[in-house]
Amino acid sequence: MASLHEAKAAEATLRVSGPGPMPLTLKINGKTHKLQIEPSETLAETLRTTLGMTGTKVSCDRGTCSACTVWLDGATMCSCMTLTVDVAGRAVTTIEGLASEDGTLHPVQEAFIEKDATMCGFCTPGMVMSCAALLARNSSPTLEDVRTACSGNYCRCGTYPNVFEATLAAAKKGAS
Amino acid sequence: MKRFEWVQASTTDDALGQSTRTCAELMDSNKKTSGASVVKAGGIDLLDLLKEGILSTQRVVNIRSIDDLHHISFDKKGCVIGPLLTLAEIAEHADIRKKFTALADAAEHIATPNIRNAATVGGNLLQRPRCWYFRSEEFNCLKKGGKDCPANVGENKYHAIFDNEKCSIVHPSTAAVALVALGASIELTSRKGKREVKLEEFFISPSEDVVKENRLAEGELITAITIPDNGWKSAHIKLGEKDSFDWSIGDCAVALDMEGSTCKKAVIVLGAAAPVPYRATAAENFLKGKSIDEKTAREAGKLAVQNAKPLSQNEYKVTMLEVAAMRALLKAAQS
Repeated sequence: MASLHEAKAAEATLRVSGPGPMPLTLKINGKTHKLQIEPSETLAETLRTTLGMTGTKVSCDRGTCSACTVWLDGATMCSCMTLTVDVAGRAVTTIEGLASEDGTLHPVQEAFIEKDATMCGFCTPGMVMSCAALLARNSSPTLEDVRTACSGNYCRCGTYPNVFEATLAAAKKGAS
Repeated sequence: MKRFEWVQASTTDDALGQSTRTCAELMDSNKKTSGASVVKAGGIDLLDLLKEGILSTQRVVNIRSIDDLHHISFDKKGCVIGPLLTLAEIAEHADIRKKFTALADAAEHIATPNIRNAATVGGNLLQRPRCWYFRSEEFNCLKKGGKDCPANVGENKYHAIFDNEKCSIVHPSTAAVALVALGASIELTSRKGKREVKLEEFFISPSEDVVKENRLAEGELITAITIPDNGWKSAHIKLGEKDSFDWSIGDCAVALDMEGSTCKKAVIVLGAAAPVPYRATAAENFLKGKSIDEKTAREAGKLAVQNAKPLSQNEYKVTMLEVAAMRALLKAAQS
């Protein structure tokens, strides 16, 4: 427990950044990016606007639809409800980072194509990120596991049955 | 989102040194809050408030990565949870599920997988209510220092059926419903020292103070949540408009002290029912000394909602909560 004196000292010494751009180093899909970012910028904005990585979609911008799903240290998150400044030091994986360097698609992406699991396609990147994250932690999921994993991903075309089928097929082929 | 300054706190003392204000103060139109700082943990509710333009702050103090607020430990007396544990971590914790089933049940059904990975239990307890008038910058409602409550004469299908005369918000935290049923306390820390408060007494009715939902003071942080382990059975049932994920429209947490098939003591707490987690004491008293079966659980459900005063659009909630209470009782008794 801090004494008043110590707490005042802490107030004086902690660095204040912003509200203008501050230097930030991000690790996205294994690559290091040195950027100037305002503290109020969300990760979704940085990815799409600053870095031109438009695979991550923004729909509700309030954490309700999961279209903007990325992985932070392997866990799925809404990039629209994540401040970029809060991501420094954590590994970010986006839909662009899911395929191999040589362009080979992730097994979940392959299965989505094979099982026709997309219609308008707007929810697809987020949906793929949720399903691929599931397979990374559970290589033999049940239908219920898949339903839970993408329970936050809104698809207004109603592709859910094909999404479930694709994810289970990818698991069966040994994706992880 | 309006721009703000950023301070990264590495320790609890760092954060306490920042003279932070509560979200309730920053959203009160009668208060001068220029130059204020506010704490961010998981950031889910704070970003929502900032994006909607109903909260602005000069500075955000990030406590998300403070290690000494991210812990869990068990001993004979019970469990101590750091406020920065995420809802996903709570839902997946085997010992929480075993000893405090109602909390695991509740955490598992809050929001979406993505939100549960980011949102913290401390932030869940402190989030602001979901009333659509409160959440809209176009309404300066009572909770924001205004003069009237648009919900009581307006669209109120998701609003309170108890204690709804002044302001009819329902308390937004589902974890709180389970934690109150389990008899949890929270430790609040400020520069002046620590205080321990029973969670049930932490939340306050609009009749006491309409602009805030709890007793968090300026510069205070939740630094621990303690749940006593008294070997009780517990369960939580949440009803929503859809199954995948949704805000609760009626939920209930139950904790039971059982001797064989006889209930020595029951604690029944209704969620999405009132401005605070609502203790159904008549139902609790009725169950004392009885066995819990379909008949007694149904009767207790009826007693739980007997004092309900629904608004123009939410009478359906009376039945929802009656059923939630009945199901939670049966689930806890059969666990």
